[in-house]
Amino acid sequence: MADSILHIKNAGKSRGAMRVLEGVSLNAEPGQRIALLGHNGAGKSTLMKAVLGLTTLDDGRITVDGARPGSAHARTVTAYLPEAVAFHKSLTGREQLTLFARLAGSDMAQVAGYLDRVGIADAADRRIGTYSKGMRQRLGLAQVLLGRPKLALLDEPTSGLDPISRHELYAIIDEMAAHGTAVVIASHTLTEVEARTDRIAILRDGRLVADDTLDNLTLRAGLPTRLRVRAHGDAAARIADETGGTRVNGVSVDLLCTPDRKMAELRRLSAMGEAVADIEMHPPRLEDLYRHYSKGDSQ
Amino acid sequence: MIRRILAIARIEAIITRRNRWLLMATVIMVLFAVALTLAGSAPTGTLGVNMLTVSVASMTTLSVYLAPLLALMMAFDSIAGEAERGGLGLLLSYPVSRAEILLGKFLAHIAALAFAMVIGFGTAGALAALSGGADAASLAALLRLILTSILLGAAFLSLGYMLSALAGSATGAAGLSAGLWLVFVVLYDLGLLGAVVFDAGGWFTQKVFPWMMAANPADAFRLWNIAASDGVAMATGLAGAASALPIWVAPVSLLLWPVLGLLLARRFFGRLEP
Ligand SMILES: Nc1ncnc2c1ncn2[C@@H]1O[C@H](COP(=O)(O)OP(=O)(O)O)[C@@H](O)[C@H]1O
Ligand SMILES: [Mg+2]
Repeated sequence: MADSILHIKNAGKSRGAMRVLEGVSLNAEPGQRIALLGHNGAGKSTLMKAVLGLTTLDDGRITVDGARPGSAHARTVTAYLPEAVAFHKSLTGREQLTLFARLAGSDMAQVAGYLDRVGIADAADRRIGTYSKGMRQRLGLAQVLLGRPKLALLDEPTSGLDPISRHELYAIIDEMAAHGTAVVIASHTLTEVEARTDRIAILRDGRLVADDTLDNLTLRAGLPTRLRVRAHGDAAARIADETGGTRVNGVSVDLLCTPDRKMAELRRLSAMGEAVADIEMHPPRLEDLYRHYSKGDSQ
Repeated sequence: MIRRILAIARIEAIITRRNRWLLMATVIMVLFAVALTLAGSAPTGTLGVNMLTVSVASMTTLSVYLAPLLALMMAFDSIAGEAERGGLGLLLSYPVSRAEILLGKFLAHIAALAFAMVIGFGTAGALAALSGGADAASLAALLRLILTSILLGAAFLSLGYMLSALAGSATGAAGLSAGLWLVFVVLYDLGLLGAVVFDAGGWFTQKVFPWMMAANPADAFRLWNIAASDGVAMATGLAGAASALPIWVAPVSLLLWPVLGLLLARRFFGRLEP
């Protein structure tokens, strides 16, 4: 993995008696978008802080573009969007971004462009104290774009965003990835948009329980497809009886079947003729996968 | 390095101006300095010194209380508050060191304090000089008062940063700062006074007491101003302690404190996990 921007090997950390990270290994290559999923307290933020050098590990090793976390080089190539961005109220968006640009040593002329890119150009000279949560989040995103980082760590970037803003956020993430930035997005909520990542890593109680593409995770989980069969008239009881499914809201029956049994079930249902009015198919969704891997069903 | 320190200082200067800190500190300084100067104008004739001398003497006493207070009020929130708001982690994700952050804030805050001191003491001094006369010595005393007040402010700014890094929360830092002020500015002197009274002019009073006074930045400030100016010494009646020490002790103490404070602040800041 010589071309990895981020290289995490066996990361382990204790806080008091609690093990918040244990044997976490993860790599990020240029241009990859990685969703880091996990329930609250799973260790996502801690892992990000370790990558930033804000907190130290007890075990394992992290390199960022070959450098130690927190070193000048690592900080230069890394951008970070913290979980709760609270900028200073009395500064304007432009002043705040200008500070970051100065610290990053990037071109001052770009500041206005980035404010425009995230859609807060009109509010650039207003105090941050007057911004909405979404606007502050956008300002946070603008500072992520500064200086074309090689690695971007976004901690719960979608929290507090309306669906449209969320869409724009993912467009910006795609753009960064297209420019070769490796983007790690931590989240505890799932939306269909989060499937627009190249890889999904799932943390559970400080351990990495999954790290693969969505397709492979689906395959490996072997989760059943749900068939919802709507019955004609009072045929629901008979269908439930013959197929072994469970009845829902009086007229429908739910059947669970593994991917390889699906066609056989469909044939059996169509053989029942008039009794079946309609069939809806629900393949496992990201949410089911997430539940599968993060609740420990895999063991 | 200088570029990053200045970038931080610039932002802090904007914040100090916008949240009206600069205005407030300046108004407080002017009000107190002018009020003291006007109140102190009565005994001029009896002491046989000009009014600016008396004014500087009373402003010296004022500054002992006010300079540390203003400095601590500016400093206490600067690290703990930023950590609480989550801004510190973001700031430290940039290639800027903790020392640079500290120095940048220090630069902005000391500039604000200096501004308030110059305007406050300057106004009062000018008022005194115009109404009751001044001479070269009293003008020098005024200048010394302003410079040493800035140094005293610097000492307590740095100690304020130290507490801010130590406390972990802005509220905690505020409490610690109030405690520090009370100890250095009030209790320390009371303790020394008690010891001197108990000792009744013995070995402690002669040999130890002056050095212990010089070790406290607030007292070093007083000693420096007194030792350098006969007029001020006469007016404050602290000449005894001042004359027992070599002339360089108080200035060295007052110059070392900001450095020591900043080093301690950097140390505790380093332990703070954002
Ligand atoms: N500063 C801290 N001190 C003590 N425990 C902490 C601290 N930060 C996080 N933790 C604990 O570490 C665990 C992981 O937290 P975190 O990384 O914030 O999880 P996530 O971001 O996945 O919600 C949690 O149990 C949390 O309580
Ligand atoms: Mg978190």
